[in-house]
Amino acid sequence: MTEYLVEFNNISKFFGKVIALKDVTMKVKKGEIMCLLGDNGAGKSTLIKTLSGVHKPDEGEIIVEGNKTIFDSPKDALDIGIATVYQDLALVSLMSVTRNFFMGREPQKGIPFFKTFDIEKANKIAADRMGQIGIDIRDPSQAVGTMSGGERQCLAISRAIYFGAKVLILDEPTSALGVHQASVVLKYIVKAASQGLGVILITHNVHHAYPVGNSFTVLNRGKSLGTYAKRDLSREKLLSMMAGGEELDKLEVELKEMDRISKN
Amino acid sequence: MSEKSKSIDSKKQFSQDERLKKVSKLKILLNRPELGALGGSILVFIFFGIVAGDTGMFSAYGTLNFLDVSANLGIIAIAAAMLMIGGEFDLSIGSMIGFAGICIAIPAIYWGWPLWMSIVFAFAMAVLVGYFNGILVVRTGLPSFIVTLAMLFILRGATLAITRLITGRTQVPGLRVLIEDDPIAWIFATDTFKWLFTWLGSMKLIELRTDGTPLATGIPPSVIWFVALTILATWILMKTRYGNWIFASGGDKVGATNVGVPVGRVKISLFIGTACAATLFACIQVLDAGSADTMRGTLKELEAIAAAVVGGCLLTGGYGSAVGAAFGALIFGTVSMGIFYTDVDTDWFKVFLGAMMLIAVVFNNYIRRRVTESK
Repeated sequence: MTEYLVEFNNISKFFGKVIALKDVTMKVKKGEIMCLLGDNGAGKSTLIKTLSGVHKPDEGEIIVEGNKTIFDSPKDALDIGIATVYQDLALVSLMSVTRNFFMGREPQKGIPFFKTFDIEKANKIAADRMGQIGIDIRDPSQAVGTMSGGERQCLAISRAIYFGAKVLILDEPTSALGVHQASVVLKYIVKAASQGLGVILITHNVHHAYPVGNSFTVLNRGKSLGTYAKRDLSREKLLSMMAGGEELDKLEVELKEMDRISKN
Repeated sequence: MSEKSKSIDSKKQFSQDERLKKVSKLKILLNRPELGALGGSILVFIFFGIVAGDTGMFSAYGTLNFLDVSANLGIIAIAAAMLMIGGEFDLSIGSMIGFAGICIAIPAIYWGWPLWMSIVFAFAMAVLVGYFNGILVVRTGLPSFIVTLAMLFILRGATLAITRLITGRTQVPGLRVLIEDDPIAWIFATDTFKWLFTWLGSMKLIELRTDGTPLATGIPPSVIWFVALTILATWILMKTRYGNWIFASGGDKVGATNVGVPVGRVKISLFIGTACAATLFACIQVLDAGSADTMRGTLKELEAIAAAVVGGCLLTGGYGSAVGAAFGALIFGTVSMGIFYTDVDTDWFKVFLGAMMLIAVVFNNYIRRRVTESK
């Protein structure tokens, strides 16, 4: 057994002539939050889709708990315990919290051909699970549309955990949220990791990633700039890596120049 | 969407549930999609109670009359509502009624099939048409509005052409004699609770004919089917896994697929449902009239959709109820029959109907917003 829950070694993905990913390596331990950072167009979405089984990598290998694995479909990844929470969350806002929580995996009771959706049990589990995160859903039969963005994010994560996720891949969980909501979600992510899950947190927001992450992989134009443990990396260093530091430095110089000209 | 939030009792007021308010039964009712249609039905009954209360509209005979009309529409409205909750339309319901009618009549009259076999044949054709509609919508991703609009023309045209080709005319009479002795036709053609009406007649509680038999002889089969279907559809939607899949498929196709709901299969089955409901409608009417007409069911698809919308179904899917659609159909049936009992010129019927619909939809929209969107 390795210490890693899941390893992605030298993953490459090509679309025709376009090199979407080249030699990206990432590893996640139990209880660890690995932040994947990258600007728009860095290849984050392609990487997520490769990790979650939507795309097959053209090169490289995926190792889950020491065993080399190939995902033929998202379902394969899910069955093995790698759950992805996409930005759209796969929640139906017109439906109740409970009906969303168990969507596609409803608990049933009763005799064959007359099986019913066990709503009482489902309500209880959904309310329990949401209560554990400290989200006060006043009523599990209320529509998801009435919840805040952060609460919805937590619902989607909590659903993935309930259905047996070992590794959680979170796609920009805080991007659409305000400061308070984002901190609620981040707190929950830390809590999930502390219970032994491996988390891959994909974001472009260093300020959200840095406080919660244990290690950081920065993606730039389809290539990994390396993985760093938190102790080896300051927030400033991460920020400048993320934005392609030189470019920002250049921008700063240019702005100063403009400023100078306009003053004259 | 369930009502089981009552597990919260006041004793736990210091636990983490302290902020949970006890939700009253009334509040639950106020949040249901069928509230608009229920309220509308009550208003319609009050209205006709006032303007036509003494005209015989609400006698046993009159009541069964408007219930029969409502029930016929209700049968297709419920199937249309389920499909609409699943996120799709079926505009071919009306044409399917005509098509199913001749599928029953031509084999029975011209090919000498036993009636039950023709009925089974008609339902088999319905499954085929529904499956075809469904697979086309699911595979091509085209809007069901367009696909079933095409089917509306195809089925109506085929009905007319085939009937004229085989029979030389557009109506196929002569079915009535075949109903007796048929092993299954009775389930679409028998009035029930006759003993009740005979008894009520003997007690002089309902109107009698001159020969002493009651004017209203029993509950028409449409009403029984309508009630049974309302119960079945509500049970499916509220209490089964398949019901949850229907809401999910209509609410967010992509999200539902991502969590493992077989959206395509759900939608196809719902299209088969509307086609079969149209065939049931055709069975009841054809056996009642004793003849099939190629134009039977014209425009019924729009009435069915209207009843579903009045009943609280959202046009874009994911929200609605079968009970609502049943009340929607009741409003339609009551108004369409009731207007004959008033002094109002029947030319105004559709104006009244349209206005009712607008009011119901505006009200339903308000309810849905209140329930499903954050404040």
